[in-house]
Amino acid sequence: MEILGLYHYWVFAILLMTGFYAVIAKLNLVKKLIGLSLFQAAVFLLYITMGKVDGGTAPIFSDAANAVFSNPLPQVLILTAIVVGISTTALGLGIVVRIKEEYGSIEEDEIQEIDRR
Amino acid sequence: MIVMFGIFLLTLLVITAVAIVRTENLFVAVMLMGIASLLIAANFFLLDAADVALTEAAIGAGISTVLFLSALALTSERERTKSSRRLLSLAVVVAATLVLIYATFDKPRFGAADAPVHTHVAPWYLENTPKYIDIPNVVTAVLGSFRGYDTLGEVFVVFTAGIGVLFLLGSGAAAGALPEEKVNEGLRHHLIPRVVGRVVIPFILLFGLYVQFHGEYGPGGGFQAGAIVAAAIVLFALLEGEQRALAVLPQRVLLVLMACGPLIYGAVGIAGIALGGNFLDYSPLLSDPVKGQQLGILIIEAGVGITVTGVLLSIFHAFAARGR
Repeated sequence: MEILGLYHYWVFAILLMTGFYAVIAKLNLVKKLIGLSLFQAAVFLLYITMGKVDGGTAPIFSDAANAVFSNPLPQVLILTAIVVGISTTALGLGIVVRIKEEYGSIEEDEIQEIDRR
Repeated sequence: MIVMFGIFLLTLLVITAVAIVRTENLFVAVMLMGIASLLIAANFFLLDAADVALTEAAIGAGISTVLFLSALALTSERERTKSSRRLLSLAVVVAATLVLIYATFDKPRFGAADAPVHTHVAPWYLENTPKYIDIPNVVTAVLGSFRGYDTLGEVFVVFTAGIGVLFLLGSGAAAGALPEEKVNEGLRHHLIPRVVGRVVIPFILLFGLYVQFHGEYGPGGGFQAGAIVAAAIVLFALLEGEQRALAVLPQRVLLVLMACGPLIYGAVGIAGIALGGNFLDYSPLLSDPVKGQQLGILIIEAGVGITVTGVLLSIFHAFAARGR
């Protein structure tokens, strides 16, 4: 059970690096953005995991006596980060669409090939 | 039991992530990304983050999937070239994963109440929220009042990203002049989605309003509500055709909505100065400082909700209009 206490962090590490692999190894620009979203989601998971307290509940006061609350701060940070994340992803997708219209391709190697000519 | 369920969800998440990277069909990757978002949202719920779970479900699984799909419609669905420097990338990634996992052995165990993250500023917020603001949801209190500056900054980032997309793709303002046969009809001729949509959409909108105005008492607030309302209207656009959605909320209205949020937010901040307090200090707004805080949070949350709805819908229409 003791070692399972770190499982959430391992999943964070694996997710983070899976997303990073898509960013560095894939040449398709949409795939890179998908990888970036995955990377971002992993960071969200790390923050929320750190905010959890054993036997705690969501940080909303109720009539229950002696309630233990999980940490509200990481939740606030991530709440806004998710909305900002989708806005910036949309901006990235907009750039990809414009690149497709100008170059006729969204593969990094083909775009560089066209640029070199 | 709940811990085991969490571990099950996380394992599914890792499998989904690997599948996302491995598939060469981008359509499949986007769909799997929606599933991953839903798994993450379920996980957030298990980790006591109800507010965040709501946001992730509405944005990650809903709006993000629609945006990626509209981008795919404008580009291509398949990856042509596979990958570059695969072995090198794999080596870097595996090494970094191992380093990160090694680093986790120094972290406090999952759920430990004496972890450093719980012992510095967090208890202050939990103790003082009833005293200064007196609303049950601490997340809303911190977001709207204690860390109001941060949230103002986030609203401006969302606003800027919306403007950026409109600059890149155009606002689709000329869409009205299209010939009849090019008008996107959505799923108007499919009976079942249309009937289900008619039944569901009013309730989604109602739920969005509930989340908006109940954010002080339960999970909710402007960011979540904005995403939920936007999702309802995107669903309407998918079912009834984009033109009808634009007839309900024309682009120029959306532009006003986009700008409204930062303006309302900033105006509340300046009203605080005018009434003798600091910027974004809501206490002077009413004679009772605690009531003033509650009023301030209500107004800025409304501003946040309006901006998020406006920006997300503008982005959606910008992508959809490009496709014609």
